[in-house]
Order: sequence, then C-alpha cells, then structure tokens
Amino acid sequence: MAQKESNFTNMVLTLMVISLVSASALAFINKVTKEPIAKSVMAKKVEAIKQVVPEFNNDPIAEMQTIELADGKLEIYPAKKDGKLVGTAVKTFTDKGFSGHIELMIGLDTAKSIVNISVLQQKETPGLGTKMAEPLFKNQFNGKNPSSFKLKVKKDGGDVDAITAATISSRAFCDAIQKVYDNIQEGGKK
Amino acid sequence: MKNFTKGFIRENPILVLILGTCPTLATTSSGINGLGMGLATTFVLIGSNVVISMISNLIPSKVRIPAYVVVIATFVTIVDLLMQAYTPALYDQLGIFIPLIVVNCIVLGRAEAFANKNSVLSSFFDGFGMGLGFAMALLILGTIREVLGNGSILGHKFIEGDGILVFILAPGAFIALGFLIAIVNRIKAKMN
Repeated sequence: MAQKESNFTNMVLTLMVISLVSASALAFINKVTKEPIAKSVMAKKVEAIKQVVPEFNNDPIAEMQTIELADGKLEIYPAKKDGKLVGTAVKTFTDKGFSGHIELMIGLDTAKSIVNISVLQQKETPGLGTKMAEPLFKNQFNGKNPSSFKLKVKKDGGDVDAITAATISSRAFCDAIQKVYDNIQEGGKK
Repeated sequence: MKNFTKGFIRENPILVLILGTCPTLATTSSGINGLGMGLATTFVLIGSNVVISMISNLIPSKVRIPAYVVVIATFVTIVDLLMQAYTPALYDQLGIFIPLIVVNCIVLGRAEAFANKNSVLSSFFDGFGMGLGFAMALLILGTIREVLGNGSILGHKFIEGDGILVFILAPGAFIALGFLIAIVNRIKAKMN
C-alpha cells in the first residue's frame, strides 16, 4: 500500500480517526477499571486505619467527620470496639514537603497519644525524604504526646530526630502531625 | 533475531543511543525502581511499535508525529489504569513512573526510526529487545546507585546506616551513567 498523500483532507481525517479510536478505547478501559480502582483505594484506606489504631469492629469510613481548613481538610475516623471509642485515625496533610503535598494517617488513642503513623502519599526525594515511611524515623513518634514531646526537629529546638539530608521532609512530617493537634483541640471534635 | 539482540549492547537505547536519559536518571535510585520502569516501558514499546508499523502507510507523513504521540499516550494510559485496578501493590511502587513513559523519547524514537519502515513482526522484536535493553541498563544503574548510596541490594541492606548519599541524588546518577557508558564503549570497541 502506498503512503497516503499529505493533503489537507487526508491529514484532518487521519488524525480525527486516530483520536476517535483512542478515545473510545480509553473510555472503555476507564469504564471497566473504574470500580476495581475505587475498591482498591478504599481497601488501602481501611488498611491504613487498621495499622494506626487499636483493634476495632465498627466501620470508621461510614462514621467519618471532616474539619475544613483554609488549605485543605482533615478526615477523622473514629475506631470503636463494641460501641466504645478505642482510638481515632486522622488523615492529615501538609504542603511543606520538599516536593509538595504529603498525606499521613495518624492514629491516636483515647488519651490523644500517638499510636502509630502511616504515610499515605508523598513525592519526596527517593532514597532521602522517602525514608519518612520507614520505621527508623516514624516509630520515634509512637506512644508520644505533644504535651511532653515537642513536635519539631532537633535543629529547631524540638525532640524529633530528623532524617539525614532530609530536614525539610522531616519538618513537613512534624507539621502534618501538629495540624491534627491544633485542630482537634480547637474544633472540639473527637 | 538481530532486531531483538541489538537492543542489549550494540544499540542499547541508553548506553549507546543516549535516548531517554531523563527517566533514566530520575527513576534509578534503586534497582527495583529501575527494573519496574524498564518493564513498563517495554510493554508500551511493544504495543506502540506493533500498532504504528500496522498503520504507518495510512498516515500522511506530515502528521505522523502527532498521530504517533496519540497512539503512545493511549497505550500508557491503558497500562496506568490496568495497573491501578488489578495490581495495586505494584502500582504503589511504580505509579509515579508510568505517566513518564509518554515523554520517553525511546518510544517515539523507535516509532520514527524503525516501526514506520519495517514489518509488524520485526517491529515487535525491535520493541521487545529495545525495551529489555532499557530495563537491563536501568537495573544495572539502579543497583550501582543503591549499593553505593544506600548500602543495600534490591532492598536488602548489607551495611548499617547511610551510604554515599550523593549517589542517590542527581549528580551521582550522572557519574554512574558516565562510567557505564565508558564501559559499554570499551566492550563495543572490542567486539568490532
């Protein structure tokens, strides 16, 4: 088959047909994958809540509350066992990361001490800032309460051991946690 | 067969053709990341090479580049959606690299330099070989940087503490890539 001539009609028609075929292929794939993607995002959220609070048997996602802030929102997931509150998972965020937005899930017990933290989303420098998701860094917060533990890196006069060569990421991490304490107390929501 | 094997050393896309260095430098901070990026690119390369070699005669040559870009972007988006839906664990590791494949000039380069002039079968092997050559180079580069920069191999730590941090950062990527290219040039000179 000979190469098609590059005249106006041919060019417009060809590009139109190619775009139409691609668009319908993508529409189809999008329709097929929509539900599994939503499910896996949901499963990830439940998994993250399970990791950070004591054992529960309610549906925290159904009982979610949100606090609107100027630059985003906090999502509060109460974890209850047999109707009694055992802890709270809070999805928090910061935009002060080295590469922007970071989302954390922070688990608090009923005395508002940190149980555990899990990193939901971050784009920090691979090999440096990404170490915030490793136990060596994030486990230093476990069991701590800001009344006796200053949520600032040591360089800034706090109690947090920063990640080597990733002080900005470490500061952002503290900022996200601080946001939870600032707003949960002020907002009075628990 | 030659179409398949040339991608490894003789015409390796990164180490000899020096194509696609941006994703190369960005994603090789560890061996696993490099390998994952390489394999995802291989899939897209095979798909786009086959489709483009099939339709290349139907496309007027003045609009061939936009046509190729649409085909490639479609494949990348399909891979992205399928991975998100059916292999969420893998997507967590590689998700951020997948959209980068669209701007990887190896894919467009092979479409322009090979697939639009050759048969479907040889385009398939060209894409497969080039993709694996790319994956191999990324795996080697990623492993070197991980060993020197983090003291671990494929995620298994063998030295406590931090490594030579510069190798995780961009300058280390350039240094390691430079040495790799020098070594491959030496091998190629011997082969001739």
